[in-house]
Amino acid sequence: MVEVQEITKKYGNKAVVDQVSVSIPKGKITSFIGPNGAGKSTLLSIVSRLITKDTGEVHIDNEEISSVKSNALAKKIAILKQSNHLNVRLTVKELVSFGRFPYSQGRLKKEDHRFIQEAIDYMELNELEDKYLDELSGGQRQRAFIAMVIAQDTEYILLDEPLNNLDMKHSVQIMKVLKRLVNELGKTVVIVIHDVNFASVYSDYIVALKNGKIVHQGPKDDMIDKKVLRDVYDMDIQIQDIDQCKICLYFN
Amino acid sequence: MRLKWKISILIAVSLALIAVYLFVGIPGNWDYILPRRFTRVLAIIITGSVIAIATVVFQTITNNRILTPSLIGLDSLYILLQTFFIFVFGSTSIVALNANINFAISVGAMVIFALLLYHLLFRKQKNVYYLLLIGIVFGTFFSSLSSFMEVLIDPNEFFMVQNKMFASFNNVNTDILWFAIIILVATIIYFWRYIKYLDVMALGKEHAINLGIDYDKVMQRLLVVIAIWISVATALVGPILFLGLLVSNVTYEFMKTYKHGYLLLASALISIVALVGGQLIVDRIFSFNTTLSVIINFVGGVYFLYLILKENKAW
Repeated sequence: MVEVQEITKKYGNKAVVDQVSVSIPKGKITSFIGPNGAGKSTLLSIVSRLITKDTGEVHIDNEEISSVKSNALAKKIAILKQSNHLNVRLTVKELVSFGRFPYSQGRLKKEDHRFIQEAIDYMELNELEDKYLDELSGGQRQRAFIAMVIAQDTEYILLDEPLNNLDMKHSVQIMKVLKRLVNELGKTVVIVIHDVNFASVYSDYIVALKNGKIVHQGPKDDMIDKKVLRDVYDMDIQIQDIDQCKICLYFN
Repeated sequence: MRLKWKISILIAVSLALIAVYLFVGIPGNWDYILPRRFTRVLAIIITGSVIAIATVVFQTITNNRILTPSLIGLDSLYILLQTFFIFVFGSTSIVALNANINFAISVGAMVIFALLLYHLLFRKQKNVYYLLLIGIVFGTFFSSLSSFMEVLIDPNEFFMVQNKMFASFNNVNTDILWFAIIILVATIIYFWRYIKYLDVMALGKEHAINLGIDYDKVMQRLLVVIAIWISVATALVGPILFLGLLVSNVTYEFMKTYKHGYLLLASALISIVALVGGQLIVDRIFSFNTTLSVIINFVGGVYFLYLILKENKAW
């Protein structure tokens, strides 16, 4: 379980994340939603130790993250940020192999190769595994990065806007994979997502942020609600049930 | 396998060049010429590999291929120290005459400077470019201070400073060669365990942290090691950091790999090939009418322009 207690992060005088407490349920997909500048990505980066927090505590499986060795943490929690520009030229397989670094420290063993192959199979990258990343399309590259995270074999997987710049087909593909990760492998997935409908259809638990604070949080069915969404986005959003999915109409 | 081939070729070429340099064209009097050539070649090998490796490591941790460690002002600090010693204590003082003492003080000061720069600035800002920017400012400041003192001192004493300002393998600081070797062996042993982190550091800060690297700690340790290496190389032959830029980029083009085990070894070998080959040209073709650093700076400058034009297109 990831337990966030009263986290604050300030840039200058502005609190980007302000006294945020949240606990992320295990074995579920949790979505962070909210307008731009709400502090979603910052919160995700703090939980995954990419950014240091000013005050507050983050407990992962009852251990404060700053007291755990970075390498031990890398076997528990994985983070993928939205922009993944690399300065080195790697093939898909080489990239995925990096996911094993916390275990292998660079010397891949038999077991590591097995995990790498499984991750590649899982993301259906077999035909692309020897291609260089700069030869791939945006969706394929995103899948390669997610494969690296899968190879890292962590219980918690944090993704910052994984659907950024992807078309509908690839977005759905990625979300289905995340769902499978939760259902088949029992992972806990946390995503920052802008499209409420993807959050509504695929996530189990939703946390809504605004101005660095949590405005609402709860199971998906409670959160996809006209009143809640008005609080978050300052918009009147119609909600319709289509095939047991709650779809938000926010286009006009 | 392909990588091992490339490394073998490089080893063969550098050994061949070293052999040519050592044994070809000795008219007689082997006892006198051979030891002199040997120390020179040893100095070339050490400086060359150290500068190459330091540059590759620096470029990896800053994630930028067109930077050199001279950007954090280390070599201008070295010149400043040399000028300062002579300005304050005079050319007959112990710090100016005893190479070992001079060397120890210089290396110490440069390492302390690198640490200060890191602790005062990088710790809080957590931004490599901020560190570099401040480094450039300090570098310029140090150079101006040195020129100021150089203008004031006695012309004869200035000549002593000038000797240290230009890199030259023709007058290697052989007194400190053994001292330098001991320091290098020690730092390389220390550095060894960090090699495996370099591949991951090359992916960038966020991936490195995600993959369990204690980023701040590794960054700090590597900066200190780089500072030591640069000080040693500069003290041995003078400021010659352009070489690093040239060699590291030729290495990336030649090796086409991300694996630092190979990259570091190859960069050291390419550096040796370039320096020993260049020194051969200086000795035998130009008959000592020019120094190697002039040739390197010329070739390096042209290559640097090419890189800027090329990178400009790539981004």
